[in-house]
Parts: sequence; C-alpha cells; structure tokens
Amino acid sequence: MNYAASPVLALRLPLWRSRLLLVLVAGGFLVLAGRAVYLQGLNNDFLQQKGESRYSRVLEISATRGKITDRHGEALAISTPVKSVWAIPEEVQFSGQQRAKLAALLEMPPREIDKRLNDATAFVYLKRQIAPEVAERVSALHIPGLFQNQEYRRYYPGGEVMAQMLGFTGADDIGQDGIELAFQSTLAGKSGSRRVIKDRMGHIVEDTESIREAQNGSNLTLALDAKLQNLAFSQLKLVVDSNKAKAGAVVVLDAKSGEVLALANLPSYNPNNRSRLSGAQLRNRVITDTFEPGSTLKPFTISVAIEEGKVRPDSMIATAGGTFSIGHATIHDAHRFGDMTVAQVIQRSSNVGAAKIALGLKPEDMWTMFDKVGFGTTPRLGFPGAASGRLRPYKSWRPIEQATMAYGHGISVSLLQLARAYTIFADDGELMPLSLLRVDAPLVGRQVISAATAHKMRDMLELAVQPGGTAPQARVVGYRVAGKTGTAHKEENGGYAKNKYVASFVGLAPASNPRLVIAVMIDEPSAGQYYGGTVAAPVFSAVMGGALRMLGVPPDAPLEPLELPPAGAQIKEGV
Amino acid sequence: MARLNLILLALLTACALGLVTAQDKTRKLFAELEREQEQAKQLDVEWGQLQLEQSTWAMHARVEKIARERLHMSLPDAKRTQVVMPAAAGAQR
Repeated sequence: MNYAASPVLALRLPLWRSRLLLVLVAGGFLVLAGRAVYLQGLNNDFLQQKGESRYSRVLEISATRGKITDRHGEALAISTPVKSVWAIPEEVQFSGQQRAKLAALLEMPPREIDKRLNDATAFVYLKRQIAPEVAERVSALHIPGLFQNQEYRRYYPGGEVMAQMLGFTGADDIGQDGIELAFQSTLAGKSGSRRVIKDRMGHIVEDTESIREAQNGSNLTLALDAKLQNLAFSQLKLVVDSNKAKAGAVVVLDAKSGEVLALANLPSYNPNNRSRLSGAQLRNRVITDTFEPGSTLKPFTISVAIEEGKVRPDSMIATAGGTFSIGHATIHDAHRFGDMTVAQVIQRSSNVGAAKIALGLKPEDMWTMFDKVGFGTTPRLGFPGAASGRLRPYKSWRPIEQATMAYGHGISVSLLQLARAYTIFADDGELMPLSLLRVDAPLVGRQVISAATAHKMRDMLELAVQPGGTAPQARVVGYRVAGKTGTAHKEENGGYAKNKYVASFVGLAPASNPRLVIAVMIDEPSAGQYYGGTVAAPVFSAVMGGALRMLGVPPDAPLEPLELPPAGAQIKEGV
Repeated sequence: MARLNLILLALLTACALGLVTAQDKTRKLFAELEREQEQAKQLDVEWGQLQLEQSTWAMHARVEKIARERLHMSLPDAKRTQVVMPAAAGAQR
C-alpha cells in the first residue's frame, strides 16, 4: 500500500484541535521566554553571584610589620612568616601512629593534643607560630580536619640585651610593650585584599579589582647603637652580679643631640622565648621607675646659687662639725672636714654644705630650676609608662624639706630624667630634648643656665672624680671626666629602709667638649659596698671609656694609667 | 555583494582569532607576572630571614667572646696606646 492511498490522509479532523495545539505550544514558548527575560534581565543578581563564585575569588594580601633597626641599620626586630596549626575537632580523624608523629612535630605530649581536641568542638589552635618547614611536614601527614594559616612572628636577634627597650609583640603581631607599643601605628602594616579570576587548575588568570591596597609597616630607625648597647649591658651585668644587686640600669645619651644611644636594664629576659616572665624582668627601670636620686641632685642646687650670684665656686661654706640641725632634724656628713669651699661641697658631696647653700635660696628659684630641667614632668617620648617623678609645689616646702631636697631627698626622678638634666652641664646650659629615634637634623635645646655657670659646674664636677673626690673609680684613661655620685636610702613603707640603698652615678665626658652623658643606677647592692662611688662609678667608667673609643672621640687627657687612692682612704659621701 | 560579504566574513574571523590569541597571551603574561610577584615576596621573606641570621651571628656579645676566647685578643691598656691626633698627623706630613 502506497502512502497516497493511506486512509488516514482522507480523515478530516476538526480545525480547533490543531489551533489548540498551536496555542499551547506558543504559550509554552512564551512562558520560557518570559522566564528567560526575568532571569537574564530583571532578577539576575543571584545567578550572576553563583556563576562568579565558580571562578572568582577574593584573596587576602598580607602586610608585614616594619623592621626596627639601630642607628647603623643593624636589624633589631624582624617579622618573618610562620604557620599556625588549627583543627576542627569534630572532623579530626587520625591513627595512633599519626597522632604520635603529630605530637613529635609539634613538640607537645600526645595527651595535650587529645585534651585540646576534646575541649572544643568547632575550632581550636593546636599550636601557633611554628616554623614553615615543620608546618610542611605536618601537612604531609594528611590528617583530615587539620588546617594551617599563615601568621607573622617577630624575632629579636639582640635577645636580653635590649629587651625592655624594644618590648615585644603578641601572637597577632601587635605591639605589647616598649618601642613596639610606642610606635605601633608606624610599624603595623595594613593587610589588603583583591578579587581575581581563577581557572580550573587554580591558577590566577585575571585580576579583576583591587578591593584594598596592602600597606607594609614602615621601618623604624632607633637612636640606639647596638654596639654601645651591648657594652652597656655587659658592663652593667658584671657589676650587678658582683654586687649581688637586685636590679640595675644604665642610660647613655648623646650630649649634643639628646639621642638615647643605649639603655640597658637588669634583670632582663629573652624576648624570643617569653614563657616564664616576671614583672621585674619586664620593667624598663630607666624610663618607668623613679627613685630618690640623692647627691646627684646637688649640682642643680648649686647652679641656682651660682646663677643667683649667692655663691662662687671658691666661697667658703661653714660645714665644720659635719652636722647641721634644722628644727628637730639633723643633717649629717659622712666625714668631718673643716669649712669647705662650694667646689669642695661638690667634690666631697657634703650634705651639710648643700643644705646650707639651699637655705640661702628662695624655694621658688630652686623649684623653677628642677622644673626647667624636666623633673616632675613626663618626658615626651611616647614610651608606655614613662614616669614623671615627684616634685612638690614650692609653696608647701618646709625649710627642712628645702634643705633635704638640695641633696636629692624628698624628690623622685627617673634615671632618664636625671641623665637628660645633666645635658645642661654638658651643653653649655642648654637642655636637650630626648629622642628614641635617630635624629638627622640638629635639635635646638632650651637654655636653662648660662654657659659660664655650666663651665664652672663642669670644673667642679671634674674634681669629684679626682683623688680627693667621691668617685675616683669613674675616671677614664685618656679623657677628662666630670660627674657626681649619689647614694640614697630606699624609700619603703613611707620611711627610709635602713640597709637598702640605691647607688647612682651621672657623668659626662670628655669634659673639654662633652659628647656623652651616662647615668648608672644600681638598686640594693648587697655585697658590702653601697656607695655610688664604689658601685656605680666603675660601670660608668667602663661604659664611657668603651663608648668614647668606639665613637672615635679624640682624647683630651694624657694616656697615663690611673691610680686609685688606697682602700679606706676614699671619700664617702653623706647619705 | 556576495564577494563583499565573503571579505567581511574573512575579516571577522581573523579579528576573532586575533582576540583569542591576545586574550591567551594576556593570561599567560599575567600568570608570569603573578609568579614573579610571588617570587619577589618569597625573596623578601628570605631576605628578612637572612638579615635575622646575620644579626644573630654578628651579635656583639658573640663576636667579643670569640675574639677574646678563641683568638686571644684583648684591648691594649694605656701604656701600650699612642694617640695620633688628626691635626698633628696633618702637620707631620
């Protein structure tokens, strides 16, 4: 049967059936077209997002914290990437062997790992800040549920030598103490992010947008000289150990610029391993601790008297007898000499002499001097916890207080304030601003006393380190040194402790044209010696001698071996 | 008319192929840039680590210890020191 003869062709169907079909099919297409328009044009956000998420990724760009270097560019603190291992405890599955290997790599007991995994369900750090090589071996174990992320760890090659000065950063690379905290905003980097397109293999094929620019932290150049710092620390350590002292501190200032060239503290700690730390180790005694300075303050009292024209270096002061009573209180000297000149009051550190000179002055003038050299005000360093010391308003001074303040009691200062105050003698009467960072342009000081007075004081301070003074141990071969000892009872429970002393020495050299001011403080020396001249002065001498040699300062005195006065013949100062 | 269309078609094909090649080159170059930047970062990290190492080896305390103990060096005392002043040295010449 051929096609044309098929009976089906002869069949006549009603027209509505084909029309209905046409309408249904057309309607179906219309719905599809409408849906397409809706998804493509009107409501396309969702699908676009879905599509993008298949190939587009936002990447974090990490920023590093700035380096800290010393004045010659030697690295003192550097951040380097490390890994942290964390886990989602619910997903962790490992065999006993894997567990043992993991424990060995992370250097922690297997039981500790179990404990950490059992204590949390969603997220727990197993170990933070491990070396990248170790992290690679951990990931080679292929333990499910174990992840790593990148962090930065800061290393301090200097270790304990400059620990309190630099401070340290916490686990998140944020400054916690010292310079790290003081200059946190400068050092910190800002991490950025960018959007990229990745192919199937995970390669980045296109950079679509930069969401946030990453910004690395700025580097910081300190005024510190690493070589000098090491010298100061090692010499301080020798003396603190041999005198069985509780603590000690040294600060070296550049007399011309006010830069802090070295600042050492004991006891110290290793900033790279801070597992066992005590408050005593963390303290930066130079900047944050105050003490009663004792006789190191006498030169300021006498400067006022010279400035006011009350005395000259050769004026006689009636100190015979070695005691002086004001009301109920009596001031003592350690030795009984006859009457002395003002210069001898400094040389032999006579409390009676200083008190008598002070009582001839107006309290206001003394206060103004102390205030001008920076006592009682916090030094503008930005250093966390910088101490202001205590200087009471002169209106409340009683005569006995004015007299004791003349030789440094009833007033408290930090070692840094004391060292800075001595720049007025080093710099022809100018007080230099302090700086922890390297200063490239010369700074202008503030004139506190006249250049003539400063010269007279320097001559008198030179006598104090000569035989016949309180600190012949402070001398340095080849250089003229000027300085002053201080020995004070420690304040304790509102009174003075009988057998606890703070020995100090502040000095400058070369006296003909001072380059450095060094202040030394030894807290509670308890091996028999406690005078500033015998405990603190040797540190000064060793640090000053080494420092001047390192800086290449030409000598201003003949290179002859120094002779110390025989034991017992040394002048002790009044305490 | 047909000829013009053919020419345009050929041009279009050529442009399209050119676009594909350019895109491919961009991506390859970009991948290379990415690699170089990654390497620069790696080198930066390594530089930091080397600086750290240098600082650690060159610690003054360590240098001094080696100089004193292994090389038996010491500071000359005042008797064995002679100072030549810069001014005096100039005058002698």
